[in-house]
Amino acid sequence: MAQAEITGDTMRTADGVPLKLALERALFRSRLRAVMLVLPLFAFLLVTFVLPIFDMLFRSVEDQIVADILPRTVVAIEAWDETSGDLPGEPVFEAIVKDMAEGRKNKTLGRVARRLNYEVSGAASLFRKSGRKAPKITQGPYREKLLKIDKRWKNLDLWNLIKREKGDFTASFFLAAADMQYQPDGSIGMRPENRQIYVHLFGRTLWLSGLITVLCLLLAYPVSYLLATLPLRSGNLLMILVLLPFWTSLLVRTTSWIALLQTQGVINSFLVGIGLIDDGDRLQLIHNQFGTIVAMTHILLPFMILPLYSVMKTIPPSYMRAARSLGATPFTAFVKVYMPNTVAGVGAGGILVFILAIGYYITPALVGGRTGTLISNFIASFISGSTQNWGLAAALGVMLLAIVLALYFLYDKIVGIDNMKLG
Amino acid sequence: MSSLPPYAGPLERSWFYAYRTICAAIFVFLIAPIFVIIPLSFNELPYFTFTPEMLSLDPAGYSTKWYEEFFAEQSWRDAVGNSFFIAIFATLMSTSVGTVAALGLSSPAMPFRSAVMAILISPMIVPLIISAAGMFFFYTRIGLASTHLGVILAHAALGTPFVVITVTATLVGFDQSLVRASASLGANPTRTFFKVIVPLILPGVISGGLFAFITSFDEVVVVLFVGSVEQRTIPWKMFSGIREEIRPTILAVATLLVMISMLLLTMLELLRRRNERLRGLSPG
Repeated sequence: MAQAEITGDTMRTADGVPLKLALERALFRSRLRAVMLVLPLFAFLLVTFVLPIFDMLFRSVEDQIVADILPRTVVAIEAWDETSGDLPGEPVFEAIVKDMAEGRKNKTLGRVARRLNYEVSGAASLFRKSGRKAPKITQGPYREKLLKIDKRWKNLDLWNLIKREKGDFTASFFLAAADMQYQPDGSIGMRPENRQIYVHLFGRTLWLSGLITVLCLLLAYPVSYLLATLPLRSGNLLMILVLLPFWTSLLVRTTSWIALLQTQGVINSFLVGIGLIDDGDRLQLIHNQFGTIVAMTHILLPFMILPLYSVMKTIPPSYMRAARSLGATPFTAFVKVYMPNTVAGVGAGGILVFILAIGYYITPALVGGRTGTLISNFIASFISGSTQNWGLAAALGVMLLAIVLALYFLYDKIVGIDNMKLG
Repeated sequence: MSSLPPYAGPLERSWFYAYRTICAAIFVFLIAPIFVIIPLSFNELPYFTFTPEMLSLDPAGYSTKWYEEFFAEQSWRDAVGNSFFIAIFATLMSTSVGTVAALGLSSPAMPFRSAVMAILISPMIVPLIISAAGMFFFYTRIGLASTHLGVILAHAALGTPFVVITVTATLVGFDQSLVRASASLGANPTRTFFKVIVPLILPGVISGGLFAFITSFDEVVVVLFVGSVEQRTIPWKMFSGIREEIRPTILAVATLLVMISMLLLTMLELLRRRNERLRGLSPG
């Protein structure tokens, strides 16, 4: 390439290729090399992480149970006019009797019963009871016979539900996650006051995460300032006190808070020992919101200290000295000169702690009791607990994910992903 | 604020000591909960508090029986084995793909750099419960749920962001002309990689690997969802132990885990110093 020569008005390399083209090729090759290096990780994460997230997105709207298990019914119910106020006709009842008999044989009836029970309570027991007797009904009149087995088949809400959920996709999980439901006339409205749970729960999760973030900031600010202004050697020594909790297992730290806070624990025993409280009325410090707040503040505090510290470390001490020499009191100098310089650190630490707090599961599950649990605990219990409802768990997860991704975007804008530091 | 200037007035002087006291209190809040469990784990009685015998330093109040119980019980031994098995393989996986990707990301020619970076970092940002739920759904579909491989893959995915971040941070100060120098002296790209690049970025790779290791070693949410009893790890045993029947054995395990953290922290600190010394950032 050293012997580029000019022929006409295009520059060429020694082997006659136009220089522009050769440059483009070289650039393309290095680009390709960079992409090829990133590709394995990208593919790996796609399979192990991104596809699972999309699977969850999909599950929050997917709902083929009714169509799969009651195939005859969903066809027959097409003809029924739900606005008429009448029960569906004989063909629909014939279809559902046959579907139930088959579902019982294939052991799939329980799934559709549970699915319908999410929205019409009592549907599970109705299907179980009728499913047992359905195989014996071999000829009409099906409607009369089914109604004799159980009067609840007169419930129009149930038939509305079957007709609405006959498709492959549903909005009901998202509606449920937002405390909404279909009204009898088919419109969408809020659930009755006493059955609204999740909006309140999201509110509590956001409020507790905000509170924990503020507490972390209040505790982290003075400590970070001290660490950043101390001489390097003693600063590094004290930094170990921050890094050790950071590196200690989450469960270890949660366990120690249980040992400290429980009614027979260290703090209560100490208070009883010095005679501040009676043995009879030990303080309830755990299995409530207080426990969640204290333990999570402790666990997340290093995530606030580290970004604050790295920003404070870059502020030259001469700024404060200059302010003082210009006549500012120490307080004014700190508030007017030092604090504005730390805004980036406050933003970075604040968003990081908030993002981590909003999705916390383990600590609230162990120390939160009934009032200190967060949205994650409900998602977990809908997946593996006694009240299984994967669709609702997925819908709640998608809503939580949306909040976190919005904050992540904000973090990227304020701090930049590239500037994320560890330890 | 590192020391009091000689001209400080009484107000400034008293604020200085008040401030130091506040900071000391916060440090106590940070560190005390971790150290309080160490003596508690030697309690003779199955309580989570200091007994009068312990406070009077009576040797009869102390015992190592919870440690003996931990080492004697088969389920805990299985958990230790599982934890190390899963963490080691997850670390190897995430460190290798993560390091290679960091090399690509650090190249100025990488297109859509920040967007790609945002995706690669996301396992660290997405709440664990969501990753765990998604992995549970998807791994069940493809038959990876309740297998060691499934948990290893999941943990490797969670560990890669740490490797990417630490290795790209090491590569920021990397002099690209070293690669060209190596090539001009006749080394092929593979030889250049192992003889020039690897020794220089090794501290970053190791500390990223340590992060990945501890991420997997401490992780419990994903194991709870993706794994089954066959894959139970130390954190799993601790979690279910605290939920069901809380015994001081858990405090003994916690103490051992604190020791491991201290070990890791020391290794990281040594690596950091070595890295700074190599680049001449700090003396000695």
